[in-house]
Amino acid sequence: MDVLDPLLDPWRSGIGQRALAEAVLVAAICGALGFWVLSYELSYGAESLAHGLLPGLVLAALAGLPLLVGALGGVAAAAALVGLAARDERIDTDTATAVVVTGMLGLGALLALAPEAPPRLEELLFGNPLAATAGDLAAAAALVVVGGAALVALHRPLTAVALDPGGSSALGVRPTAVRLGLLLLLAAALAVAVEGLGNLLALAVLVAPAAAVQRHVRSPGRAIALAAAIAVAASIAGLYASHYLDIAAGAAIALALCATAALGSLMPRRAQRA
Amino acid sequence: MTAPLVEASGLAAGYGGPPAIRELDFAVEAGQSVAVLGPNGGGKTTLLRALLGELRPAAGSARVEGRPAYVAQSERTRLDFPVSALDVALMGTLAGGRWWLPARRSERAAAARALERVGLAAVAGTPFGELSGGQRQRVLLARALVQEARVLLLDEPLAGVDRPSAEAIESLLGDLRGEGRALLVSTHDVEGARGFDRVLCLNRRQVAYGPPADCLRRTVLEQTYGSEIVVLEEDGRSLRAVAVQHHDH
Repeated sequence: MDVLDPLLDPWRSGIGQRALAEAVLVAAICGALGFWVLSYELSYGAESLAHGLLPGLVLAALAGLPLLVGALGGVAAAAALVGLAARDERIDTDTATAVVVTGMLGLGALLALAPEAPPRLEELLFGNPLAATAGDLAAAAALVVVGGAALVALHRPLTAVALDPGGSSALGVRPTAVRLGLLLLLAAALAVAVEGLGNLLALAVLVAPAAAVQRHVRSPGRAIALAAAIAVAASIAGLYASHYLDIAAGAAIALALCATAALGSLMPRRAQRA
Repeated sequence: MTAPLVEASGLAAGYGGPPAIRELDFAVEAGQSVAVLGPNGGGKTTLLRALLGELRPAAGSARVEGRPAYVAQSERTRLDFPVSALDVALMGTLAGGRWWLPARRSERAAAARALERVGLAAVAGTPFGELSGGQRQRVLLARALVQEARVLLLDEPLAGVDRPSAEAIESLLGDLRGEGRALLVSTHDVEGARGFDRVLCLNRRQVAYGPPADCLRRTVLEQTYGSEIVVLEEDGRSLRAVAVQHHDH
């Protein structure tokens, strides 16, 4: 029993148990989704969506609404604004996105620093898995079930479009619809993930595990399973580090996740056939 | 008399502005192969996209029997994406619907048979990106075979392909004609077009359509290619010509 105590201590309290459940659920689905985010080169888009939803989070906090509601509203507003800005042919999409997202982030900070705002902006920016509520867990569980089912159902079209968008349309697959489905999943995952990891760090759970495995796998299925497993393991490691080193849980998880990406890049690429 | 498998009537198509191709009138019967010749920007890919239904006709009509299979150039695929040759061939089963379900055992067997038919059964488990350019082209052909389409559209299938792969592809295309399928093959190989049943010469409009002997003549090729054609040799009965490709980089 003495040997197991250090392993079990962080989870003896209700706070620790909820943090563990939240971290594992979010890591499992986001780790899996991350493979597609990288395959469709959506890392910048994911970061933009995450940052762009900050005003929604702050407004929800000001209005006393669930943060999830604010996050979803923020994502929708950011996506609509990016779409509008990109219609101006004088600027490219990346520039339009950068301007809109920076503006949204600034608006979010302005709202959060207003005298009426709750004094916990850092939780919105950097997250706090230790503050997970039963409602947060329910949202994360729903994301795992619905998002997981969607990923299974979309697996073959996602694979076909990732390899060959032009050829896949001749197979009856609609690349635009597949990309839209992926973006919707990404937006839902971000809306849930920001509650645990915060506005600035949520991207780590989507991108880092997938980046860790990207060069070392031979099939999308294996990449997805491995990325999800690595995301879960790194999230648990981050919570241990937070408990024993007395550091912020969200940041500890984000750093553990990014460490996996660094390790993945240091490992030799799998051997190619002659 | 059976209806043609592919039929274009006064077809014009493009990308929203002025049509990229216009005045196309041709029909392809079952068992016929058609070489689509033309300079870069002449409308070969636009025609294939119109026949695939990706582009709506700006004028006239295009009719294809069933959903055509399309063999893209392998260089337009992602080589770093982790899928095996068998996975790519298996994508052909998506044309049958049921995209939301895992592939059935019978579909995997069909994909394995298609790979065997293109001579690549031995590399079924090899990552697509690790195959040679010619092998990748054959895998894409296997994907099209799995679709069991009656009409196949091939975009320069022999461009940059190694000799064994070119021979395997040419042999297979002959077999497919024998099975009563219709093939439209875009190509820059003017000499190779002699081996087809019909030649369609395109330069933003239809310059000629008919048997190779009627279309592969100096006047037709000069109208098709302009300054991009080099006639090497012509006597009363034969002509050798090479299309010179100018690429903008």
